[in-house]
This record gives sequence, structure tokens and C-alpha cells, in this order.
Amino acid sequence: MLKIEGLTAEIDGKQILNGIDLEIPTGEIHAIMGPNGGGKSTLSYVLAGRDGYEVTGGTATFNGIDLLALEPEERAAAGVFLAFQYPVELPGVGNANFLRTALNAIRRTKGEPELDAMQFLKLARQRMKELSMPEDMLKRGVNVGFSGGEKKRNEVLQMALLKPGLAILDETDSGLDIDALKIAADGVNALRGPDFSALVITHYQRLLNYIVPDRVHVLMGGRIVQSGGPELAKQLEESGYTAVQAA
Amino acid sequence: MNAIFEPGPLGFLRRYEGLQPRLPGARTPWVQALRDKAAEAIRANGFPTRKIEAWHYTDLALLARTGFAEALTPVDEDVVLPEAVAPSRAVLIDGRFRADLTNAPVRSLGADLSAAEGLLGSVARVDDVPMAALNTMLFEDGVLINVPAEQNAGAIELLSIIQAEGDRPVAVHPRHVIRLGAGAQLVLIERAIGRGEGRYLHNPVIEIELAEGAHLTHARIQQEGAEGIFLSTVFARAAAGATYDSFLLHAGAKLSRSEAYVSLDGPKAMAHLNGAQLLSDGQHGDCTTFLDHAAPDCASRQTVKTVLAGKSRGVFQGKIHVHQIAQRTDGYQMNQALLLSPEAEIDSKPQLEIYADDVKCSHGATVGELDEDQLFYLRARGIPAATARSMLIEAFLQEAVDTVEDETARNALATAVAGWWEKVA
Repeated sequence: MLKIEGLTAEIDGKQILNGIDLEIPTGEIHAIMGPNGGGKSTLSYVLAGRDGYEVTGGTATFNGIDLLALEPEERAAAGVFLAFQYPVELPGVGNANFLRTALNAIRRTKGEPELDAMQFLKLARQRMKELSMPEDMLKRGVNVGFSGGEKKRNEVLQMALLKPGLAILDETDSGLDIDALKIAADGVNALRGPDFSALVITHYQRLLNYIVPDRVHVLMGGRIVQSGGPELAKQLEESGYTAVQAA
Repeated sequence: MNAIFEPGPLGFLRRYEGLQPRLPGARTPWVQALRDKAAEAIRANGFPTRKIEAWHYTDLALLARTGFAEALTPVDEDVVLPEAVAPSRAVLIDGRFRADLTNAPVRSLGADLSAAEGLLGSVARVDDVPMAALNTMLFEDGVLINVPAEQNAGAIELLSIIQAEGDRPVAVHPRHVIRLGAGAQLVLIERAIGRGEGRYLHNPVIEIELAEGAHLTHARIQQEGAEGIFLSTVFARAAAGATYDSFLLHAGAKLSRSEAYVSLDGPKAMAHLNGAQLLSDGQHGDCTTFLDHAAPDCASRQTVKTVLAGKSRGVFQGKIHVHQIAQRTDGYQMNQALLLSPEAEIDSKPQLEIYADDVKCSHGATVGELDEDQLFYLRARGIPAATARSMLIEAFLQEAVDTVEDETARNALATAVAGWWEKVA
């Protein structure tokens, strides 16, 4: 399980997270909602280990492992997966080569045998079919010339291949039409199970119609200010975040 | 016998005086005239210093203070050759053509200079190109490739190996003459490979004449030894509708500079002057090009990428001269450098001189480090930092290598790039 206690962090000397407390038991999916600038993306980057986000206090452990002490690739090996809000383009790096290198890096740390090109292609094609992705996306440069929706689907494909223990989805719904949204949600729901947890960060309630969370938290001013069941998302959709602030 | 060889231009001029009677063409007036003119240029100008504009970023002090001798390699010495990169190959060992190791349809230039009459010295110039002057004065051998009109000669590897095992620095000056008749085609993959840890000078000059509609793919792969000095010069002239498609790779040597003088002489001629320089600690690499648009409706494309690690220094100088007659010229030049260390330095000097008024010419230069966002993205997927870096550097270079259309040439270049990276990573 993911356990965050009193987590504070800053960027360029500006404090963004003001003491986050959050527990996601194994097998549960939690949603974090909140207004822009509340610290949602910062939380996801701090958990994934991005440079420039300085943790000034608190702890974050996943299945007892101190995440904050690990390099980004070690966190990935420990099972943490961040689906990026804005996936970067990697011109010259083939998508297939990238996916296989990532998958084999993770498999190596787990002591599993690496997949050769043929084995990988078979697996990737199967996953892509499930996500209704055209096969030529394997041949292209990573995210190069992909539409916003294709980039997000590529994130979901990576998640489906790497099978993380904890997925953090940073506004995966932004820029997706309703069909793409369903496909992305299906990708998450397919991983749902006793060994999988997810933190779904979203600005809108829409995504949560398709990925029904066990708990919903509201992140504002760098703190979790309210928590509740799935019904909290609907309430927020109706009343807005200002109502939470007032309360 | 431990002769002490005088360093600098004087040393080379002394060698010339001593060797003159034994050099090929010694009794052939037109050859002798070329050599004497070259010697005169060296006597008058010496070696370039950084005060000369074209040499401002590359210091030849290392060359000037070393005394060089000739290679004393037995003409039939057994040499282990690297794996071939083309179906046929011509081999030079320490500057001498080796017929016994060659299966390509080429001639030794040194053995029969008469076949090169009218070609040798017709494209090259020595007055303002010091290394070409040095080569012209002292060349002993090389190859002559003459592809008849309308013939496709396929792919030929031109392999030049320098063995620098001892502490006696040697200088070799191979001279190659390539002529393609009208509509002829050739893929030439030139490899310069150094063996041993000693210092040496490898100073090849290639003269290229392309008749109307001819197409030459010219891949140049420099993998010299750690102490090698590689100073090479290409002179190419393209007639109407001809294409000179070249790619230069610097992947070795202590000091390397390759100059290309390319003249688009007839309408609708085309030149690609692409390249990549892979420099690690202590290396200096210089890619200098002079492109003459001397006829209308010609096009040129140039993408040169440099990767610099450790304390290395890279230079790119690209001059494009569009003559007044060269209307509707379409020129593109891009120079990109990737700095992997705070101690690395790149100097980039694009120069456009345009005298025609109906011209499309663009150029750009970028210098940067690896992109942090890209690195983080790869690492967040579990890819270790070192692997992630290699992937991004390879991708940077891949874009350059992908400009080479011919598959044989492209594969040879890709293999050389991968080989460099394995050593550095």
C-alpha cells in the first residue's frame, strides 16, 4: 500500500505541498480532485522522483519501501508508474524499442527473463489491440506526431505492458474525447485487482464515471482538505471547489 | 638508425627534396609541375595558424611541432582486415595500394599516373588549401575510380589503414581520383582506420568529378587511432543534374579536420553535405565545408551533428556561396551540437554569401544538453539513467544517419556510430 505522511515539498523555494497525509490500501483506487494550482501534479512528480521537486519533510512509502530515497528508475522497478499529463516526444527513439527497453529493464529487476524482439512484438500487438491502437504506432518515434489522444493511449499501453503495482494517472482524461476516455478507463480497469492500486488525478468528475474510485480526496492549497466515497466527486461537480473551501 | 626528422613545413619540404626522384610521376612533366606548384605554396605559406580566418578554431601546433617520417611497411605484409562493409573493396595499408587485398574494380594511382592525366589536379587546388598542397607534394599512391557513362558501379569500400605501432611518427598522403561519367552511379564508402597508439598524420585528398546526371554517394568514416591526426580534403565538382550525396563521420583521432570544397557547376545539380562528429575527452574535430552554387536551379542540403563528451572541442564551419548566376538556388544548412559535459566546447560558424536575388536559403544552429524532461520520462519507465542517456544520444545521431538514402552506406555509418558509443558509454 501507498502511505504518505506529512509530505511537504517545494519548487524553486516555493512550498507547494503543505503536509499531505494519504493512504491507499493495496487493491484500491483513489481519486484526487482539486482546483488548478492545488498541488495535484506536484504530488505525482514528487512520488515519481522528478528533479527540481524538493521534498522538505514527511515520508512516502510503497509496500514499506521508502520511495523518496530511490532514483526514478528504482521507483519504477518498485512498481510505481506515472502516466504523464503531457507525455514528451522522443524523436529518433522508436516506440517499439522504447517499450521493450522499459519492459526488459523492469523484468530484469524482478529477476524475470528479458523478452526478445519477437516475444515483445507478440505481447505488444495483443495489448494494442485491446486498446484499439493502430499497429503503426509501434514503428513511429515515441509520441512523435501523436495526437493528444494517441499520446494518452500510449501512456495506457505502457501501463498495460509494465503492469505496475501503483499507477498514478495525472489528468489522463484531459484532451480525450469520450471514446478515448473509455479506452483509457478500460486499460486501468483491466489492471484492477488485489495487487493493483491507483491514484487517479483529475480536474473533472467525468473520468470517474468510468474508473469508479474507492475513495475521493480533495487537494487544495497543498493539503488534502476533504475525503469521501465516490459520491464526493459528484457533489464537487455540482457545488464546485469553492464550496469545499468555505466548509 | 634513429634519424631525427625536422618538424613543421620545413621538415616536409626536406622530405620532398629527398624523395622527389622516387615519387610517382617524377619523370612526368605534368605531375612534376603539380608537385612543384604545391611545394611552392607550402614554402610561401607554411602551415596555417589560428590567425588565418579559416583556421581560427583549429590549431595545427601538434602537426607543426612533430617530425614525421615515411611508413616503412613491407609491401606484402600480412594485415588483418576489418569486416567489409560493401561487396567489393580497395585497400591501402600505410598509404600504399594493396592489389592483393583489393577486389574492387579500381586502379592504383601510383602505379599508373597516366590514366589520371587530365583528372588529377583538375578539381583540387593547392594555393589556399594547405593540406591539399602537402598531399599533392608528397602523395605516393591512392586509387583511381573511373565509372563509364550510364554504368552503375554498385558499392565500393575504400579502406585505408594506418599502422602506428612505434614511437616513430609517420605521415601518409593518399590521393584518390573519382570520376563518374554521364548518368553513372557509385556508392563509395571510405574508411580511415588507425591501429596502434603512436602519433601519425593521415592526410588524404579525394578529387571527384561528376559528369551530367551522375550520382555519387560518398560515406566517409574516420576511426583513427587515439593519437592520430586526420586532415582530409574532398574536392567535388558536379555538372548539370549530378548529385554529390556525402556523409562525413568523425569518430576517432586526437585531431581531425575534414574540408569539403563542393562546386555545383551545372543547372539542377545537388549536394548533400551531411555529417556527424563524435568527440570524447581530449579530442578535437572540425567539419569545414565550402559550397559553391555556381549554376541556377541547384539544391544543397547540410545537416551536421556533433556530440561532445569530456573535455573535447568541436568545430563546424559551413560556407555557402551563391553566385549571381545561381538563381533559384535552394539551400538548407543545419548544425546541431549536444554537449554532454560542462568542459566540452563547440564553435559553429555558418557563412552565407548570396549574390543572386531569387534564392531560398535557410540555416540554423542549436547547442544544448540532453533534455531533462526526456531523460525523466525514460527513467520513470524503469530505464536506468545511463541507458536513457545513450538512447537519447543515439536518437540524436540517428536523425543524421537517416539522411543517407543508400542502405549499404547507412548501415556502415550506423555500425560505426554504435561502435563509438559502446566505447564511450
